[in-house]
Amino acid sequence: MTTHLRNSLPKLLAAAAFIVAASAAHADIKIGAVLSVTGPASFLGDPEKKTLEMYVADINAKGGVNGQKINLIIYDDAGNPNQARTFGTRLIEQDGVDALLAGSTTATSMAIIPLAEEAKVPFINFAGAVQAVFPAKPYIFKTPHTDLMACEKIFEDLKKRGLTKIAMISGKDAFGASMQQQCMTVNAKYGIDVLHQETYGPGDTDMTPQLTNIKGTAGIQAVVNPGFGQGPAIVTRNYKQLDIKVPLYESHGVGSKQYIDLAGAAADGVRLPAAALLVADKLPANDPQKKVVVDYKTTYEKNTGQPVSTFGGHAYDGLMILVDAMKRAKSADKAKVRDAIEATKNFMGTGGVVNMSATDHLGLDLSAFRMLEIKNGDWTLAN
Amino acid sequence: MMRRFFDSPYAVVLVLAIVVAVLPLLLPSLFYLRVAALICIFALVVVGLNLLIGFAGQVSLGHAGFFGIGAYAVAIGPTHLGIPPWLALILGAIAAGVVAFLVGRPILRLRGHYLAVATLGMGLLFAMVFANESAWTGGPDGMPVPRLVLFGWRMSGPWTWYWIAGVTLVIGAWIAANVIASPTGRALRAIHDSETAAQVLGIDVARYKLIAFVLSAVYAAVAGAYLAMFDGLVTPEASGFLRSIEFVTMAVLGGLGSTLGGIVGAALLVLLPQLLTVFHDYEHIALGLVMIVVMIFVPAGIVPSLANLLGWRKS
Repeated sequence: MTTHLRNSLPKLLAAAAFIVAASAAHADIKIGAVLSVTGPASFLGDPEKKTLEMYVADINAKGGVNGQKINLIIYDDAGNPNQARTFGTRLIEQDGVDALLAGSTTATSMAIIPLAEEAKVPFINFAGAVQAVFPAKPYIFKTPHTDLMACEKIFEDLKKRGLTKIAMISGKDAFGASMQQQCMTVNAKYGIDVLHQETYGPGDTDMTPQLTNIKGTAGIQAVVNPGFGQGPAIVTRNYKQLDIKVPLYESHGVGSKQYIDLAGAAADGVRLPAAALLVADKLPANDPQKKVVVDYKTTYEKNTGQPVSTFGGHAYDGLMILVDAMKRAKSADKAKVRDAIEATKNFMGTGGVVNMSATDHLGLDLSAFRMLEIKNGDWTLAN
Repeated sequence: MMRRFFDSPYAVVLVLAIVVAVLPLLLPSLFYLRVAALICIFALVVVGLNLLIGFAGQVSLGHAGFFGIGAYAVAIGPTHLGIPPWLALILGAIAAGVVAFLVGRPILRLRGHYLAVATLGMGLLFAMVFANESAWTGGPDGMPVPRLVLFGWRMSGPWTWYWIAGVTLVIGAWIAANVIASPTGRALRAIHDSETAAQVLGIDVARYKLIAFVLSAVYAAVAGAYLAMFDGLVTPEASGFLRSIEFVTMAVLGGLGSTLGGIVGAALLVLLPQLLTVFHDYEHIALGLVMIVVMIFVPAGIVPSLANLLGWRKS
């Protein structure tokens, strides 16, 4: 009687879950993904989704992991943290996943982290900000470089060139604001003085006033622009129009061909830290990362017909680290897989070499970033 | 008999109380319980909003602003000011009420589209403040919300929050029923039908509009605080424009002027994204389609139309 009642009422709701689950046999490994496939963060979630689908199909075609097929369940949170948490709960409680590859943005990742931690499900997220893995929580890992690392890479390059007095102009969006904060925590370590700071809103179309202020500040040797999307392209154009002579540094947030298209000739000479994926073809043949990034780039572009982005690469790294850990653990047992992920050493991903430890659940160092310079409308390796 | 029963605003409260009490016995997992808790939280906003839109006939496209005030109150209060979460919740609700009072006085003089645009601007302003004052609010990435501790109990997990939200919803519906049955409710309905006529009858139009506005703001703030504590996280998205639209959609879809309708509308919009995952890439199209179909075939909203159809209520 009770079981009958329990099953009858939520039937409507359960139907959705059943249809998804029905395609899976019991022996499958279930991997759950909550990604921002639509909405304002779709530029992150869309390539991540395509990457996961593509490579899971490939792994299954080759016989799966430890003889088990992977059943990938993807939900779209549309960039909404509340929705991400609901889908996270659904994957853990309802679908009973063995591991999570989720969280296109920092906010959606932060919404799922407590769930995974509580249910002890290995969770690799794709959040940009550093707070997603520091301080390290047992079941939480991430693959993308942090904005802190981007700052350090820029400051390292500035120091090498003897440019220590800088100005910053940052976007007020999540990406720009977070990176600006992170930069201000490490500038002293590299002996960089930030003499002047400006900001611009996500929808601004002219940054001339802010840049005029920067131009008018005496003693500035370089300008750093933590930002994302169209903002940095406008900054770059205005920068050239105002004829500011000192070098301009952009962040890893502009690492797409679109930035060069938007900024045009003004982008010449701009430097930025970026993942090796952007310059896959230009890496020297003896570069240890060359094979991974060229393979991923070719596969992605062939399958989707779209240019590769570093964001899809984060999903690739997450999936491969997870699969690798499952193979070493010889099972999909959550605790064993967690231990195996934490023991990941010398894993070569699109983001760089990953060496995890009990305190470092990201495992990338500064060598993961390459310093690029834009020349004649194309990326080149600086130095 | 059915007709007379459903004409009483208290009937809805009674039905709701029974449903809230029985539902957890039927839900097989924590996931369903979370969805049920979310429905209660959003329904709370819509019950309040219904007083404003459905009874007073004033459109607000900025109620997510008040939702955000409640949500950020329980985040900022304990984190930056050392206020216990339960007190922050109450202060947040009061703050939302005061803001609604101050903002409502001038903008409720506006009518129709002008009022809608003014409330829209108000909502956007709050979202901007939450996104930009990163020293207090953590900026666009949001900030964590400390757990609610009551009498030494840490309130967390879908079970606890289902009961908190469910009981609050019943109380909220009961308060709304009281307002509707009182002279205030009759005054609001008079304003809805014709502001000029209401004025001629001696109704203080501005005052009653303001009462509905402040009341609905407090409902939204309490719900916002609940969601923030339930999720343990708050982002500026909580007070975003889309949230405001979502609230109005819930109210309209379920049926304006019907408390039960608001709850059904909230349930529908929370459930649909979960149900429509079967359509994978087309879920947004399906969602839009459902709304269009409802608006075309039952323009008065689901619950009032259904009640008419079954002859439970005089049209």
